[in-house]
Amino acid sequence: MAKDEDEIIENVTDGEYKYGFVTDVTTETIGKGLNEDVVRLISKIKKEPEWMLEFRLKAFRHWLTLEVPTWAYLDLPKIDFQDVIYYAAPKVNEDKSWDDVDPEIKDTFNKLGIPLEEQMALSGIAVDAVMDSISVKTTFKDTLAEKGIIFCSFSEAVLNHPDLVQKYLGSVVSYRDNFYAALNSAVFSDGSFCYIPKGVRCPMELSTYFRINAAESGQFERTLLIADDDAYVSYLEGCTAPQRDENQLHAAIVEIIAKDNAEVKYSTVQNWYPGNKKGEGGIYNFVTKRGLCEGFNSRITWTQVETGSAITWKYPSTILKGDNSSSEFYSVAVTNNYQQADTGSKMIHIGNNTKSTIVSKGISAGHSSNAYRGLVKVAKKCKGARNFSQCDSLLLGDKCGAHTFPGLDVQNPTAIVEHEATTSKIGEDQLFYCNQRGISTEDAIGLIVNGYAKEVINKMPMEFAVEAQKLLQISLEGSVG
Amino acid sequence: MSVEKINKDFQDLFVQGKELLYNGVNDLMNEKREIAFNRFIEGGIPDKKNENYKNTDLSKIYERDYNVVLNYHRQDVDLNDVFTCDVPNLDTHLVLTTNGWYYARNHELSGLPDGVIVCSLQEASIKHKDLFEKHYGKYTISDNGVTDLNTAFAQDGYFIYVPENVILEKTIQIVNLMRANADLMSFQRNLIIIGKNSQAKFMVCDHALSSVNFLSNNLTEICAEENAVVDYYQLQSQTLKCSLVDSVFVNQEKNSNVLNHTVTLYGGLIRNNIFTKLSGENAENHTYGMYLTDSVQHVDNYTYIDHASAKCFSKENFKGVLDDKSTVGFTGRIEVRPDSQQTEAYQNNNNLLISDDAKVFTKPQLVIDADDVKCSHGATVGQIDEDALFYLRSRGIGAKEARMMMVFAFTNEIIGKIRIEPIRERVAQLVEKRLRGEDSHCDACKLQCNK
Amino acid sequence: MLEIKDLHAKVGDKEILKGVNLVVKPGEVHAIMGPNGAGKSTLSSVLAGREVFDVTKGEVHFQGKDLLALPAEDRAREGVFMSFQYPVEIPGVNTVNFLKTAVNEHRKYKGLEPLAAGAFLKLMREKQALVEMDAKLMNRSVNEGFSGGEKKKNEIFQMAMLEPKLSILDETDSGLDIDALRIVSQGVNTLKTPETSTIVITHYQRLLDYIVPDVVHVLYDGRIVKTAGRELVAELEEKGYDWIKKELEEH
Repeated sequence: MAKDEDEIIENVTDGEYKYGFVTDVTTETIGKGLNEDVVRLISKIKKEPEWMLEFRLKAFRHWLTLEVPTWAYLDLPKIDFQDVIYYAAPKVNEDKSWDDVDPEIKDTFNKLGIPLEEQMALSGIAVDAVMDSISVKTTFKDTLAEKGIIFCSFSEAVLNHPDLVQKYLGSVVSYRDNFYAALNSAVFSDGSFCYIPKGVRCPMELSTYFRINAAESGQFERTLLIADDDAYVSYLEGCTAPQRDENQLHAAIVEIIAKDNAEVKYSTVQNWYPGNKKGEGGIYNFVTKRGLCEGFNSRITWTQVETGSAITWKYPSTILKGDNSSSEFYSVAVTNNYQQADTGSKMIHIGNNTKSTIVSKGISAGHSSNAYRGLVKVAKKCKGARNFSQCDSLLLGDKCGAHTFPGLDVQNPTAIVEHEATTSKIGEDQLFYCNQRGISTEDAIGLIVNGYAKEVINKMPMEFAVEAQKLLQISLEGSVG
Repeated sequence: MSVEKINKDFQDLFVQGKELLYNGVNDLMNEKREIAFNRFIEGGIPDKKNENYKNTDLSKIYERDYNVVLNYHRQDVDLNDVFTCDVPNLDTHLVLTTNGWYYARNHELSGLPDGVIVCSLQEASIKHKDLFEKHYGKYTISDNGVTDLNTAFAQDGYFIYVPENVILEKTIQIVNLMRANADLMSFQRNLIIIGKNSQAKFMVCDHALSSVNFLSNNLTEICAEENAVVDYYQLQSQTLKCSLVDSVFVNQEKNSNVLNHTVTLYGGLIRNNIFTKLSGENAENHTYGMYLTDSVQHVDNYTYIDHASAKCFSKENFKGVLDDKSTVGFTGRIEVRPDSQQTEAYQNNNNLLISDDAKVFTKPQLVIDADDVKCSHGATVGQIDEDALFYLRSRGIGAKEARMMMVFAFTNEIIGKIRIEPIRERVAQLVEKRLRGEDSHCDACKLQCNK
Repeated sequence: MLEIKDLHAKVGDKEILKGVNLVVKPGEVHAIMGPNGAGKSTLSSVLAGREVFDVTKGEVHFQGKDLLALPAEDRAREGVFMSFQYPVEIPGVNTVNFLKTAVNEHRKYKGLEPLAAGAFLKLMREKQALVEMDAKLMNRSVNEGFSGGEKKKNEIFQMAMLEPKLSILDETDSGLDIDALRIVSQGVNTLKTPETSTIVITHYQRLLDYIVPDVVHVLYDGRIVKTAGRELVAELEEKGYDWIKKELEEH
């Protein structure tokens, strides 16, 4: 029985990465390595105003003083930051007229299931497609503009909406925040910008699709999302990369600001190339995501399904500053083969009567290591804070690890903060129960894993939920998919 | 004063006091002393940069100028006369230590079963060399300067050995007394070995008899051999001027069962390090703790349970009530190693905040590298349940009394884990007194420890 | 015994009691009925002294004393007992210890010595028999892990121990099977004396078959809108509450 089970788990966890193809497209890159000149060059290529360059340089100089953080439960190989290409852009015509876009690029996104022609586009989703260092196309821009919504690439925002960018850039994630935030702030190339004006409910899902294509390049994008008073937006983020033997670096920043009564839902399906079965290749994913519930009664929801990347280092967090503001974090992180993930959330309660919820589900298979790391902090003057955290880990196989490192820092007696965590493997009795009802062990594992993740996946917008479920199958199932 | 200065002072002390430090003990102890000292020089006193000492900055307490006693000092009174601890219905073997040393005038313990040894560590290192060498320093983990500092500077403490197949009926009560005329830093090192199929119970009390500043660095190694059953109760009741860094390293062989129970009633700064290694299969460990803090007290419990073998069970529960400006830290790490299948490990930490200025930082950690496990941890920070409070009041129980009952009920779970009834009752009584704001010294004790 | 005049109470910004008037004389049993959300449970909570409710207007006199000026525990000691609709579980607080404290606090209030252990146990055994309370439950924490029926029995058992002058039974029948209902009612009836009064708050007729009221009130939208004899119970059971609403609208 034991042997059978091992075999089955192996089969089940033996899915293939389907997005590993490379697009043959002319790419403009600058040489490997990082110094002030590179930072200046990036800024120059992007025709940025002086203040933007200043911001980058400040960040770069600060970055030089920092060391790679080592506190995460990751076996971190030494990364040579001088051996990375910091800017790579597929050739796109200046005016970005859709007809002029290289058909290879169009084809790439079609293959990924993200058609960029609006008539073919997924109904009700506006997409900003980012390939390597630049945004190649943003759909439905005009439709959104009618409502006063700004949704464009970050580069365009710097040029067309400098006031907004200057006001909010770095206001939630300072370039001083951490090593990778400093790096990103110095060299970020593009990303998405979104502003929802007062009282506007964004009529469609907004989405950014990130694709790394060029070899040996890093991707450093930035997302800045502002929901003004009473605004609402649901935002989706997806990512894939080609299959390559060497590791590639991805260090992104996401900043969200929610004003009075605003609500932002931010969903991520992260499927960067995770490396092969032997643990070769794959993306190193170091991401700083943070939201600021600045206004009264504002709300930020993070939902993430993390299946990709060789290494993930990511802690979407919320600062609950406005009274009555609330935030939720729902996460499913799957690691297989030699993947490593150290992910979780921080909830910083500052405003009165703030509420937060953390639900994290880790699933480890193969030789992987999956860690939850979190912090719930209640500031001294914050009255009536409430938090509930639940972190569960599921182990498939005996070579993988599941780790939980939550922290509760409470400085006000009116807070109620609760944390629960469990670690278990799929119950023999559950499998047997399924078997007895005629379900094969293989299918049963699939069923149980999906059931296990359901609580989180259900929080995603429909289209993404379906994709997320498929992804879970690809990363774990094989036979079940 | 900087950490560098503290470390430098210790270096000077070691070099100057070398002759005294090396005096009167076995060579192995001095070999380990040398190694530990060299390691200490590299690492130094853990400060805030050390992840495991984030909640407790030891440099603050070590920067005070203390006397260090590198040889045994006679007390000017007979401690047996001034100290009696009489727990009703509990007959104990009483052992005193003073300022880190085994008390020279301890009475001969009568009625000990054959082969049981209770003596000073110094004596054991020479008289019972083989036993001593087999166990001394084998269970400590030096992942920080505190352990190394103890190994480098500790000269004495108690040694207890229970041979195979002996059931020690009477509880051994160890009372660590701090008594001095001037601020004092002490190091105490203890070793407890419980042989195969044997059983023993310990009650350790930490008291301060003088109102000077004390800083104690105590380290106890406990080895429970196959099938051994050990109860280790510790009651910490000192003064605001006392700082205590207490480390207990437990090693458990096959089928052994250890209960480790720490009640922190009072003290200035208390840092408990409790390391448990489940080395043999089917070992069972229970680690419980309770802390009641007020004023500007600081209590930090760090626990590490290492499931190094399969089929072991561990249960851990720490509960605390925080008043005034007190601060509390809790770190509970459970590690399940790759081949430790069929592990069960449970951990809980619950905190009750009853003042506006108290702070708590709790950090449970599960590190699990085996798949056939049942592990969970939970942590909560909250207040007294208002519904329950109203229910009590609606039955005519006054608000203050009702609050007391609720707090006592909260701590009751931990008190209930004590397996020896007279001790359980005594602790319950002390806790209740403590919660009522009375001095929590024992009724029978002539000393007014907490005054 | 009890006199409520123009009682208004709110929770947060929501006004729930909008002028309740009620007089209960010694020895009387009053039933307060009404649809869900009428304010029945709020009324009992306000009388027992629950602080989440703000009394904005009105007076309550209990044996001549201003009840609203007293904290919850003093109301209990004066002789007001509330049987909770949802008795609270209190982990860690032993039932015997809880009762002993409550009984002795009552005695202290009256200037009496605390009850000796033996006398207390005797009293407890006596009262336990009254509601057929399982002695094993006494060693558990208050209400913890009790079944719905056991919880309600425990309420009446506590009532027996504390010998109140006025008992308020808040939806005591909810969650009771027929046997438990009989036991609980019998307990209440046995404890009844010509000097003590009872207010039975309920949604249904069921309980009132066992505990027969002298006066029946209908509480609707925060006011007592109808008061009659026990015959009103049957009428309500037959016609529901809608006819009262209609009647009100017509006026």
